[in-house]
Amino acid sequence: MSAGQGGAAALPERIAITLTVNGEARQMDVLPWTVLLDLLRDHLALTGTKKGCDHGQCGACTVIVDGRRINSCMAFAVMKDGANVTTIEGLAKDGVLHPLQQAFIDHDAFQCGYCTPGQICSGVALIEEGRARTRDEIREFMSGNICRCGAYTNIVDAIEQVIGSNEEAAR
Amino acid sequence: MNRFSYLRASSVDEAVREAASDPAARFIAGGTNLIDLMKYNVEQPARLIDITHLPLNQIDETDSGGLRIGALVTNDEAAYDPRVQDRYPLLSSAILAGASAQLRNSATTGGNLLQRTRCYYFYDPGTPCNKREPGTGCPAATGRNRIHAILGTSEHCIATHPSDMAVALAALEAVVHVTGPDGERAIPLSDFHRLPGDHPEIDTTLRHGEIITAVELPAADFSRNYTYLKLRDRLSYAFALVSVAVALRIDGDAIAEARLALGGVAHKPWRDPEAETLLHGHPASEDRFAAVADHILKDARGYEDNAFKIDLAKRAIIRALSQAAAGTPQSQTDKRIQ
Ligand SMILES: Cc1cc2nc3c(=O)[nH]c(=O)nc-3n(C[C@H](O)[C@H](O)[C@H](O)COP(=O)(O)OP(=O)(O)OC[C@H]3O[C@@H](n4cnc5c(N)ncnc54)[C@H](O)[C@@H]3O)c2cc1C
Ligand code: SF4
Ligand code: FES
Ligand code: FES
Repeated sequence: MSAGQGGAAALPERIAITLTVNGEARQMDVLPWTVLLDLLRDHLALTGTKKGCDHGQCGACTVIVDGRRINSCMAFAVMKDGANVTTIEGLAKDGVLHPLQQAFIDHDAFQCGYCTPGQICSGVALIEEGRARTRDEIREFMSGNICRCGAYTNIVDAIEQVIGSNEEAAR
Repeated sequence: MNRFSYLRASSVDEAVREAASDPAARFIAGGTNLIDLMKYNVEQPARLIDITHLPLNQIDETDSGGLRIGALVTNDEAAYDPRVQDRYPLLSSAILAGASAQLRNSATTGGNLLQRTRCYYFYDPGTPCNKREPGTGCPAATGRNRIHAILGTSEHCIATHPSDMAVALAALEAVVHVTGPDGERAIPLSDFHRLPGDHPEIDTTLRHGEIITAVELPAADFSRNYTYLKLRDRLSYAFALVSVAVALRIDGDAIAEARLALGGVAHKPWRDPEAETLLHGHPASEDRFAAVADHILKDARGYEDNAFKIDLAKRAIIRALSQAAAGTPQSQTDKRIQ
């Protein structure tokens, strides 16, 4: 990494931030240019979140921040000070998989698995948003998650199943 | 990525003061465009001013019956706001035609307007590019230019502005509110983005140190006869090759008012008021729509890979006008084009 513009000027100091990650408050000192994805993977050893493109183009790095799914490769950690972050590691509760994790297994919704943590975090948020009912809508609102293996049909099946059983339970 | 210092601004005044005093400082909001460009070393700000804690995240009614969308309102929040959906469904539709659910959650109203071109050469510091490094040349003009402009180009740059939201805002005649070291200004959306001319490195008429505070939508009744039709290489999560925003006011059998803006074809959302007047007072008809399309594209110039856009744009205009006139806007989830 070059010193960039600013030449010999003193390098910026680390900045203290607090993040709640999967329910646990974590305090740390970060450099301003540390990206949230790299913080999760390299500093907190939460390697479930994947780096596909590093440019907002694939969705492998999707995490849920304050209830909203975002691409963690397109966010500086310092800007998320105080936020609540959920990663794939935080979805299972007391050893029981999240219903969408189970549905991915039931429907064989992955092959290599690289896109899967991002798909599942995105799908969990999609279900919470409550805007997708039809398969067309699920596909459209999941379009930010690319699957190189082409498991799309089964991914839609898995999400549809969870939406369906939630609706059943609400009746 | 270059190293930079970081400031979390706590007021608009502080943000403006800090930015104005440092030519290498930049604001950062959602970060979905700026961080991307920083990772490619296309942008190398020495100082980032984080504006996400400023109180610019509300959508408010204006005294004149319009809406004022704060610069930090996310694309997702704007698209799903019930007032926007009811009164400006064209804007909601255009936003939802762009990017992905994840990106729309981060992307902001101000940042969306200021996103930079997706020209491949602009993104690659290993190549010349007049927009990135003035005076080095425009390899796109004689190279790969499938996604490039056909209207309003210059010999120095043929890039497009990639925003969908801005195309709808152009049709809705939105106004951009900014605050700078010299106070506040209101810039009509159509004067906000500029054509490349001799200075393709300058995308907009915003001055250094000025911050967008809000985008204002004037009172309007285009909630029935509208559409946002976006054509691209992939049905979702792809930038427009051509897009058309149409808003019509229909009185009896005749079109009383017509607004039409094109995306994906120029360095700014493209409007042609003269073509719009061809519709005034006339009933909807495919012949008249075709005349409008011909008028808008009459000075279009295609390059090696993108000449197809001229014909595509004409057909898209006709189709979009038909959709709007019939009151059957393009769905952004069922991608079949009716
Ligand atoms: C893979 C991908 C696909 C995409 N597809 C589409 C698409 O189909 N259609 C579409 O329209 N967009 C698309 N986008 C672009 C996306 O909409 C923009 O990146 C986003 O809107 C930028 O907003 P932001 O808040 O993240 O901006 P930032 O990245 O934070 O900022 C962008 C620029 O705006 C400046 N800025 C931000 N806010 C202000 C303010 N209030 N005042 C002054 N300056 C400000 C910053 O200094 C910076 O120069 C896509 C992006 C990606 C990565
Ligand atoms: S079209 Fe514009 S942005 Fe692209 S290479 Fe030419 S000058 Fe650069
Ligand atoms: S790694 Fe973030 S979108 Fe691909
Ligand atoms: S399962 Fe391999 S990329 Fe999706």
